[in-house]
Amino acid sequence: MTKRMIQGQDTASAGDNQMRPLSVVRTGERVRFVRVNAGRGLNGRLAAMGFVPNAGITVVSNNHPGPFVIIVKEAKMMLGRGVAHKIMVK
Amino acid sequence: MKQITVALAGNPNSGKSSLFNTLTGARQHVANYPGVTVERKEGCCRHKDYEIRVVDLPGTYSLTAYSAEELIARHFILEEEPDVVVDVVDASNIERNLYLGVQLIEMNAPLVFAFNMSDLAKRRGLEFDLEQLSRLLEARIVPTVGNKGQGRAALLDAVIAAAEQGRSKRIHTVRYGSEIEEELAKIEKAVVEREQQLVDKYGPRWSAIKLIEQDEEILGQVQHQEVREIVSNSIGHLRSIFRDEPEIIMADRRYGFISGACLETIKSSVELRHDISDTIDAIVTSRILGLPIFLGLMYVTFFMTFTVGKYPMHGLEMLFNSLALMISRHWPADSVLWLRSLLVDGVIGGVGGVLVFLPNILLLFLAIALLEDSGYMARAAFVMDRIMHRIGLHGKSFIPMLIGFGCSVPAIMATRILENRRDRLTTILVIPLMSCGARLTVYALFIPAFFPPRWQGPVLWIIYIVGIVLGIVCARLLRMTLLQGETMPFVMELPPYRMPTGKAVFVHTWQRGWMYLRKAGTIILGASIILWAAANFPRPDHEVSANLSEQAARQQVLQYSLVGRIGQAIEPAIRPLGFDWKIGTALIGSIPAKELFVSQMGIIYAVGAEDRKASSLPDRLRADYTPLVGFCVMLFVLISAPCVATAAMTRQETGAWRWAAFQFVGLTGLAYVITFLVYQTGRALLG
Repeated sequence: MTKRMIQGQDTASAGDNQMRPLSVVRTGERVRFVRVNAGRGLNGRLAAMGFVPNAGITVVSNNHPGPFVIIVKEAKMMLGRGVAHKIMVK
Repeated sequence: MKQITVALAGNPNSGKSSLFNTLTGARQHVANYPGVTVERKEGCCRHKDYEIRVVDLPGTYSLTAYSAEELIARHFILEEEPDVVVDVVDASNIERNLYLGVQLIEMNAPLVFAFNMSDLAKRRGLEFDLEQLSRLLEARIVPTVGNKGQGRAALLDAVIAAAEQGRSKRIHTVRYGSEIEEELAKIEKAVVEREQQLVDKYGPRWSAIKLIEQDEEILGQVQHQEVREIVSNSIGHLRSIFRDEPEIIMADRRYGFISGACLETIKSSVELRHDISDTIDAIVTSRILGLPIFLGLMYVTFFMTFTVGKYPMHGLEMLFNSLALMISRHWPADSVLWLRSLLVDGVIGGVGGVLVFLPNILLLFLAIALLEDSGYMARAAFVMDRIMHRIGLHGKSFIPMLIGFGCSVPAIMATRILENRRDRLTTILVIPLMSCGARLTVYALFIPAFFPPRWQGPVLWIIYIVGIVLGIVCARLLRMTLLQGETMPFVMELPPYRMPTGKAVFVHTWQRGWMYLRKAGTIILGASIILWAAANFPRPDHEVSANLSEQAARQQVLQYSLVGRIGQAIEPAIRPLGFDWKIGTALIGSIPAKELFVSQMGIIYAVGAEDRKASSLPDRLRADYTPLVGFCVMLFVLISAPCVATAAMTRQETGAWRWAAFQFVGLTGLAYVITFLVYQTGRALLG
């Protein structure tokens, strides 16, 4: 775990309006999409699938090493951890 | 009879294929879009006074320029101008599915919506005010249940009505907010003034929208630098206002449009329940149970394939044998004997050898179709992803590899589910190492010949494992050297678990089985005839073979022929592997199809077809070779060059001969090296 991520976790408990990577959101939590730290390709793909600013994301399962499963726009999806780490939410 | 063309668009997992099958029934035709390897599926049907040509476009979430599938769908709609576009929407998951619909609306395509899986939607408690929604989207909406065939007539009625109505100007369209609309107006003006070709092809507004989204394809068609600058300035301006790419903001606005329309027209009376599905998922993808469950299901699959398939397989074998016998017996003596030989040995021997495996292969595809249609495959892709990722492949790669255990031809076709070209190439190149059904015939001959019953199962297991391990190693190497690059980020939709319907499963199974049959009917038939010629000509003089028995005469013919001569010529090259000219000849002879190896060995040892399964051929093999050599032969067959049909399919899917050649030569070279090592080491150890 990088230092940034650990710091992210601390601030997450302090105030829910801080931006954090999707990968640290706990099972059952609901967050809102902010942005993706990735190239235009992944960005565009995700946008078409519903990852637009303020879209609601529900984390169904985040139990490493199990899969990272979320619901966005009522569709259930599975993301690689790398992808989840690039998605910023609040 | 009036004719119209209808294009089917929709998300993956929306049930589009089932709907396509419902509309067109058996009247389908699969081809390739020119220049690309994406499949083009067309079919036709008749309704009322119309002959309707239905084209199934690739499933996409959007119509950007990011992937070949999206470009194809887009081009078809814009350039071939179908009379109607049917957007197949998963009614239980409307918002995301309508994103594509909105893009179609913006293209001003004449639209009809098929709200598919409406039974599921109803069960989830979703109620639609279709009239209102239809008014807002300015398109007819028909509820359908694709895999049960419901709604077909109503859909076709709507299609015909839409075709007769033609295109009309839209009232409701997505508004992107004042800032973006201002920039769009600027760009539209510039396009109308300077880029007539864009106006003609796409219309000013759509062109402007794509340019602001930085769509690579449209950007590439802009001819004037001033227009490019205007676009660039607009984008920069919007970026500074929104602190995000305009493309993303526009996606957001589209979803806003959809939300607005849905809020008014869709009521949900039951909370969206994912509970049971989640529980199953938790078990099926858990660290402890996930892999064992997967392996267990794979074991059941193969077990069913090979044991249940044994009976129809024997049936087919008997059928072909009696066919061959019938021809031999009823053939007028001494007339055109070569034709008889061509039919019996070449055609029936070659093609029959392939067709005999059809039951096994159909069963394998049936099992896979069941796993796919039930929704399990997506979860299995996750379970496999961790392993696949270490090799440098995508989790989804394992599905085509699995199919490869039946036959490489449909397996290579199945690699289409991989979006990244490098992932796809790597998978295609190593699929032949997943030992296919044809190679099994060789093992089925050699293993009982050389190993006692207690060892037979384990040896077969070892062969398969060697293939898999080599596949993994080669994939890794390829990814580290020639085909470097990031694997596609793992983003996969998890479809809800469904009870697979008999009809859908049957169609999926049949489609792949048909591919196998086509391979047999065309390439193998052609190759068998060529091989037959090469194995029968040039011929020795009549006097020499006149006094020999039929079997001995055939053996001599083979030795004298082209194939025999090549086999003998390469003997020095293959002796370090423990092989002799007989094995060499059979190897050459099995290039068209691996199944031919066994029949070639039979001819070489002058054993008749009837005796082959009984003790004589195995006995002869045992007399001539050691178990080590037997093992090495199987090893070589496992690894070396894939059959002609596989090479042809590789060429088709990669679009270039060099990959097929690389696969062929590379695998053969690898086979040589490994067999050499195993043989020499074995000899050193065993003395």
